[in-house]
Amino acid sequence: MKDIEYIKLIDTTRCTACRGCQVACKQWNEMPASKTSQFGSYQNPPDLQWNTWTLIRFQEHVNKDGDFKWLFRKDGCMHCTDAACVKACPSGALFHTEIGTVGLNRDACIGCKACTSACPFDIPKYNKETEKVYKCDLCYSRLLAGKQPACVLSCITGALTIGDKETMMKKAYDRVEQLGGKAVVYGDKFVGGTHVIYILAETPAEYDKLPANPKVPASVVLWKNLFKPFTLIGMGAVAGMAALHYLIKGPHKVHEKNEGGE
Amino acid sequence: MTNHYIDLKNSDVILIMGSNAAEHHPMAFKWILRAKDAGATIIHVDPRYTRTSARCDYHVPLRSGTDIAFLGGMINYIVNKDKYFHDYVINYTNASFLVNPEFTFNDGLFSGYDPEKRKYDKGTWTFQMDLNGIPLKDPTLQDPHCVFQLMKAHFSRYTLDKVSSITGVSKDNLLKVYEAYSATGVPDKAGTECYALGWTHHTTGSQIIRTMSMIQLLLGNMGIAGGGVNALRGEPNVQGSTDHCILYGNLPGYLKMPSASLDTIEKYLEKYTPKCNDPQSANYYQNYPNFFVSWLKSMYGDAATPENGFGYSWLPKMDDGKHYSLMHLFDKMYEGKVKGLFSYGTDPAVSSPNSGKVRKALEKLDFLVSANIFDNETASFWFGPGVDPKQVKTECFLLPAAATMEKEGSQSNSGRWVQWKYKAANPPEDALSCADIQVRLMDAIRALYAKEGGPNAEAILNLKWDYKNHNGEVDVLKVAKQINGHFTADVEIDDKGVKKQFKKGDLVPTFGMLKSDGTTSSGNWIMSGSFDEKGLNKMALRGKEDPTGLGLYPNWSFCWPVNRRVIYNRASCDINGKPYNPKRKLLAWTGEKWVGDVPDGPWPPQADKEKGKYPFIMKADGVGSLFGPGMVEGPFPEHYEPLEGPLAKNPLSNQLINPTIEIFNSDLDKVANASEKFPYVCTTYSCTEHWCSGALTRWQAWLLEMQPELYVEVGEELAKELNIVNGERVTVSSARGDAKCIAMVTKRFKPFKVEGKTVHQVGMPFNYGWLYPEDGSDSTNFLTPTVGDANTFCPEYKAFMVNVARRRG
Repeated sequence: MKDIEYIKLIDTTRCTACRGCQVACKQWNEMPASKTSQFGSYQNPPDLQWNTWTLIRFQEHVNKDGDFKWLFRKDGCMHCTDAACVKACPSGALFHTEIGTVGLNRDACIGCKACTSACPFDIPKYNKETEKVYKCDLCYSRLLAGKQPACVLSCITGALTIGDKETMMKKAYDRVEQLGGKAVVYGDKFVGGTHVIYILAETPAEYDKLPANPKVPASVVLWKNLFKPFTLIGMGAVAGMAALHYLIKGPHKVHEKNEGGE
Repeated sequence: MTNHYIDLKNSDVILIMGSNAAEHHPMAFKWILRAKDAGATIIHVDPRYTRTSARCDYHVPLRSGTDIAFLGGMINYIVNKDKYFHDYVINYTNASFLVNPEFTFNDGLFSGYDPEKRKYDKGTWTFQMDLNGIPLKDPTLQDPHCVFQLMKAHFSRYTLDKVSSITGVSKDNLLKVYEAYSATGVPDKAGTECYALGWTHHTTGSQIIRTMSMIQLLLGNMGIAGGGVNALRGEPNVQGSTDHCILYGNLPGYLKMPSASLDTIEKYLEKYTPKCNDPQSANYYQNYPNFFVSWLKSMYGDAATPENGFGYSWLPKMDDGKHYSLMHLFDKMYEGKVKGLFSYGTDPAVSSPNSGKVRKALEKLDFLVSANIFDNETASFWFGPGVDPKQVKTECFLLPAAATMEKEGSQSNSGRWVQWKYKAANPPEDALSCADIQVRLMDAIRALYAKEGGPNAEAILNLKWDYKNHNGEVDVLKVAKQINGHFTADVEIDDKGVKKQFKKGDLVPTFGMLKSDGTTSSGNWIMSGSFDEKGLNKMALRGKEDPTGLGLYPNWSFCWPVNRRVIYNRASCDINGKPYNPKRKLLAWTGEKWVGDVPDGPWPPQADKEKGKYPFIMKADGVGSLFGPGMVEGPFPEHYEPLEGPLAKNPLSNQLINPTIEIFNSDLDKVANASEKFPYVCTTYSCTEHWCSGALTRWQAWLLEMQPELYVEVGEELAKELNIVNGERVTVSSARGDAKCIAMVTKRFKPFKVEGKTVHQVGMPFNYGWLYPEDGSDSTNFLTPTVGDANTFCPEYKAFMVNVARRRG
């Protein structure tokens, strides 16, 4: 099970924007709702937030041919292979898991927000009160238990599916071929390939808040290669403090929230 | 649904009209997408571009309330372009029947109209009969009095130009839909239609559905896999509640509620038992007395005897010519004539039309008993906005009710699948199921009647009333078995040549065994067979076998009637019983029996002149009705404008509105047709994120976060005219009231060109109320008129006139 490299496929051409995924995510991860107001859109909350890890974006779009399209895009962590957030994270809170996803150990998060500016998709969100960063972990604990992520489980139309990389990439390209026209696979050609892949009906540049060519920022590359090794000394100190904490207080539950409970 | 959800995948063309399926029936939409995957064309016709439109092949906007014009134009197209399925139309519909020569249609009115009563005398809406009392026919369809020719003439007025001018749909778009849909009028193609409240919420709602039924008959799409006319019905057991007579004119199983002039059971049965002299018509409703007497036996048990008319006299009777819909209820309440109201699982202060009138009416009650899982605007009307609690005399009770997952029982989906479900958790604290509340209440009432007597005491005291288990709680299995029915005496029955013995108390295995002599009971004949005689609960079956490959899943739950998954399925075969579409064999006649789905009766196909029967067995004459005299407006559908619309004149006739709708006349029933003060067409709807009035979902923080307050969707063109920007606060007003909300300026509403002028349409959800969220909005239904369909009294929520203005302060 742990050897599988997972890919979640988001087929926007099958999405009806029912937002079952948006609610299922909050339910599974026990995230509270925010107080919102109607601002002239179906999209709400207006953006991803520390407590909203996935969001359906609603976009009224007229394409170059003059055709009106109501575009729905489920936004959330792309789980990059070459993840800027992991590179930028000085504390090791963000890490690559053995199944290809990007995990977040919130207890280790020091709230530096390096990841929020590094992420080319603008995904991690900072909570001022807890002074921590939050994002989707692709339901790591569910996947390890052989269950689908909450969002995938909630999806009625089959817009969301998950499986091993080879199967899902084949499925994505088969679907794009079937759709024809401008349909395109998005996610496999940059940042070492993402573990969340879109099937888009329009060209990527036409979607709100979707980078056409996402990259790990140059500053992050510099940070990673030159300076980050020094932070490991700091990390050693953190580990030492943790050991001391253990001796005094006994074991505490590591990122219990993050894994959720069945 | 004539068909069922999974069957949508078998369709070649799906017309979604009067429904926002993706948003409100996501499960139906799953199967619609399966059809699309297999190459089907999915068409959405709706005033507004919705989440459904986004997933269809194309969207065609039409002005609210003009569906009959749109579909009438399609009938005209089908007939003139010779797109109809000849074999089917001649054999399986009344197209060839000759109509009474005195039947006429002039300037929007059929023969027999009485303008004072707003009612028709249907005396001329009849067929010419031969000496044996069988309708005369012209199978060549050429006789000027035959149904086909009358229908052709009627819809010849629905030209492309005329329809385009009424509906605001471009001629190109009309043709695009007509061509695509009528292409299913061949043996190996199936077209289906999905509708919901977008069709029923009109003063012409029933006739819209009938127009589509006519199209389906013309194209041979009734009774086939992937065909039918499919009402997508709601999650809270809307199908089940209709089956069990939530509508005032019905008894369980769509039997008729008696009226006062039918003062004996003989008169009642004479009126409602249809007769047919054609030996090839099964006329299955000739069994009406079996169903009705069995129902009386389930109501009154041993007290119902042949001597006392099985207790018929104890039933309440409706006054002749009077109606008792929700709107009538609040109208009479407002007049002060209704003293008490039980409001269970409903929030009419938000959901009923003309909320201002409804809330005033509630103040006139002596008592109000609400049972709900949360408080709502109806239960708490006495301290609502503008209400002084000191001035309200009504005594109000709010009983905590169990939620659906806290109850065991059956739940019926749109496809008539009655699925047994189990209790997931106990209700919190002292909350009870509505059945428990009801039984306790009735126990107390019966005890009082037993002690003190009272008017019509027999009706109360003779009730068979034994639905509790040893703990004193309602035993839903007992109720379900009572609905299925029992033998009330030892009997021997000839079941297809086999003699079967049943003992008193055995369950009735099928409604074919119900009798009118008092030896059987059944609380709802269509549910008879939901258990077998040994007590197997078929509603709980979960077999996944699919022998036809069409997704019928005959061993999954019980489907009424008699587990038939597609009704009128004999019409999927030619008159010799050979399937029209060899790719989708729903049913086939082997020469000895039918194989496939459960057939509409065991008889051979109709080519067998001796034993064969016509396919539409529930129709007295055995065929589908292109001429349908059962409707109150006339045997052919006709376009009329909504009660409130943008036009002063109906472009088709001098009858502006449906001539048979009832007009409510209280001081709070104001109407402003074609008024400059209220120039915009408005429609109302639900949103995915809230349920109905929102009385359940507004308390759910995750749902409220997504749809926090009332909005009005306004097209960019109108917003520009009114100088309204997206997200701005506005007031929407009608002749009856106001709704404060947020403007959602959108490309998804476009102005219509109607009778040469520009008509704007706006739309609003109706799922908000003052109680919660506190800083939210109140009911959209302050805007809507008290008026409904002439057959069903389903309110006209989908078309009325408003103004929209910016709000300051």
